Amino acid sequence: MLQAVGLSCRRGERRLFSDLNVKVERGKLLAVVGENGSGKTSLLRIFSSLLPPEEGSVRWEGEDIHQLKEFYSGQLMYLGHLNGIKDDLTAVENLMSSMALAGEPCSESGAKEALEAIGLKRLVHRLPSKVLSQGQKRRVALARLWLSTHPLWLLDEPFTSLDTASTAVVTQRLHAHLQREGLVVVVTHQEIALPSERLQQLRLAG
Amino acid sequence: MIWSKYSAPQTFYPLAGRLIPWFAAVAIILMVVGLYMGFFVAPTDFQQGESYRIIFVHVPAAWMSMFLYVVMAIWAGVGMGLNARLSFMMAQAIAPTGAMFTFLALLTGAMWGKPTWGAWWVWDARLTSELILLFQYAGVMLLRTSIDDLRRADRSSAVFALVGVVNVPIIYYSVQWWNTLHQGASVSMATGSKMAATMLMAMLIMTIAFWMYSIAVILARVRCVMIERESLPTWDDKPAVIHEAVEAR
Amino acid sequence: MSHSSMWDSISGIIRRDLLLAMRRWSDAAMSVFFLVIVVSLFPLGVGPEPAVLRTIAPGVLWVAALLTCLLSLSRVFTPDYLDGVLEQMVLVPQPLSLLVLGKVLAHWVISGLPVVLLSPLLGLQFGLDGEALGVLVLSLLLGTPTLSMIGAIGAALVLGVRGSGLLVALLVLPLYVPVLIFGAGAVTSSMAGIGGEANLSLLGACLVLSLFLAPWATAAALRIALE
Repeated sequence: MLQAVGLSCRRGERRLFSDLNVKVERGKLLAVVGENGSGKTSLLRIFSSLLPPEEGSVRWEGEDIHQLKEFYSGQLMYLGHLNGIKDDLTAVENLMSSMALAGEPCSESGAKEALEAIGLKRLVHRLPSKVLSQGQKRRVALARLWLSTHPLWLLDEPFTSLDTASTAVVTQRLHAHLQREGLVVVVTHQEIALPSERLQQLRLAG
Repeated sequence: MIWSKYSAPQTFYPLAGRLIPWFAAVAIILMVVGLYMGFFVAPTDFQQGESYRIIFVHVPAAWMSMFLYVVMAIWAGVGMGLNARLSFMMAQAIAPTGAMFTFLALLTGAMWGKPTWGAWWVWDARLTSELILLFQYAGVMLLRTSIDDLRRADRSSAVFALVGVVNVPIIYYSVQWWNTLHQGASVSMATGSKMAATMLMAMLIMTIAFWMYSIAVILARVRCVMIERESLPTWDDKPAVIHEAVEAR
Repeated sequence: MSHSSMWDSISGIIRRDLLLAMRRWSDAAMSVFFLVIVVSLFPLGVGPEPAVLRTIAPGVLWVAALLTCLLSLSRVFTPDYLDGVLEQMVLVPQPLSLLVLGKVLAHWVISGLPVVLLSPLLGLQFGLDGEALGVLVLSLLLGTPTLSMIGAIGAALVLGVRGSGLLVALLVLPLYVPVLIFGAGAVTSSMAGIGGEANLSLLGACLVLSLFLAPWATAAALRIALE
């Protein structure tokens, strides 16, 4: 269970939100929606522990994430709006080093399977990432969803620059994660095609 | 708790305002006394003549420059540890005064050096350390002004101030070490234990005067920092006193 | 978290950074050329008098090594900051200071080690002989990792800050002073026949101190930069 208690956040001169309370159970997806600049990404970064909230706290399974420290990082898969991909590495190398960094090392064949699952063909695996398109790069980053065993996924605009087929594949993957009692928080502008009992929405006012 | 009561900017602002005149008055009185003793009462040095009298400014300034760096680092550390806004403001307010004393120590050092050693600048261990201290003060201030986000500016310059405080003694000893290696320029500024009691007294009085001056100036600057930050809305319940101060400007 | 997965993360970082450096070998080559050019400028400016060159050699070589290290600092964290890998690093279930240690180690292999390996050649240009050359290499071997450790703090502090190139120099150079003094001092005293041991052990002490303190300060600075 992920819980936000009395969160407030301010970036520079602007107050983005204050006294924000939300509770998400395992098996649910929280879609954070709102206008540009309403603090969606900041909220996700607060959930990830990258950004300390000005007031309030975030609790994971009832405990403050700042007390949990590295244990919490071990529960987490965070994908920001940056892909975290090195231009000079191939898709396979990128995926393998991301997973190794996250403490979940994967084999080369595992990485290839994940890339194929998200629709990147074998031909693409061996190319340096700088020649890939935006959508392909996003898919390399999203391939981590097929390898991560961490229960809490925090995704910032996962569907940007994806085509409809890939969006459907990613949504299916999110659904599978929820069915395994995983928990997902997604910042998005798009509708997510999931059964409504899995969905929970949080709208931030600008 | 009393500390948390006075550490709130709303309470601190008027408190500081009431304290400033007292510290300023004590500073002026002690400075007059100290300078009079230093320049007129203290005996003429039989080796260096009258020119040595600059040490009544030089030595207290050098002491203050190092002392203030440590105090700045302590406030920075408290700010990082307790996430206290006032601590960061104190650290911010101390830096320019510390840099000023460092510069004063260098300037008076050069003024003393010319008649004594025949050169404006000598790579003496103390002077060199002071020079590097000045660079570190500059680093703290420049890092702060280069970062737009207030919170990051506070915390980044705090980290650098803390790193620097480890560095200062290392620099001091390394420069001394370097000086013994390169014989020749190593001239010490300390006049040793032969110093007359009146000289020591004058120097102590000047040190306290500089100290009081620092407190007065730093408190005044903290108030300015508060007003500056207030115009960016960093706290919601703005004290009426500050509003008046802003309007009076 | 077990020790093995901790080691996995660190060695993973080192391996990835070295692989990236191999793909972008021109970056490392530029550092080396910079070093050679700076060192070659001094005889042109000071004159070819061998005695003078020998006297200034320790200082010139050390200052050049220091500047080379300084110029390569922007490559430690900035690429990771721009492409989002740094966010992943901060959210790793291991202490960030250990990952920083790994990254700095990789940075030293790329930019510090070439300086150490090249230094005997440059020393010869300045007429240094047998023992002094040995001490020069040894002093750089002990000193350049310290430069990388201290430099990482500055590099982390100025991430994403405007004018960061000059700013990092202003922050880091004062912190480099003790290393410069002990490093150049080791070579000078060995040339004077006093032996460089004392200076070398002080350099070693600086290295140990920076190994303990710098990763910690760097990690704090990185967290602040990413907020």
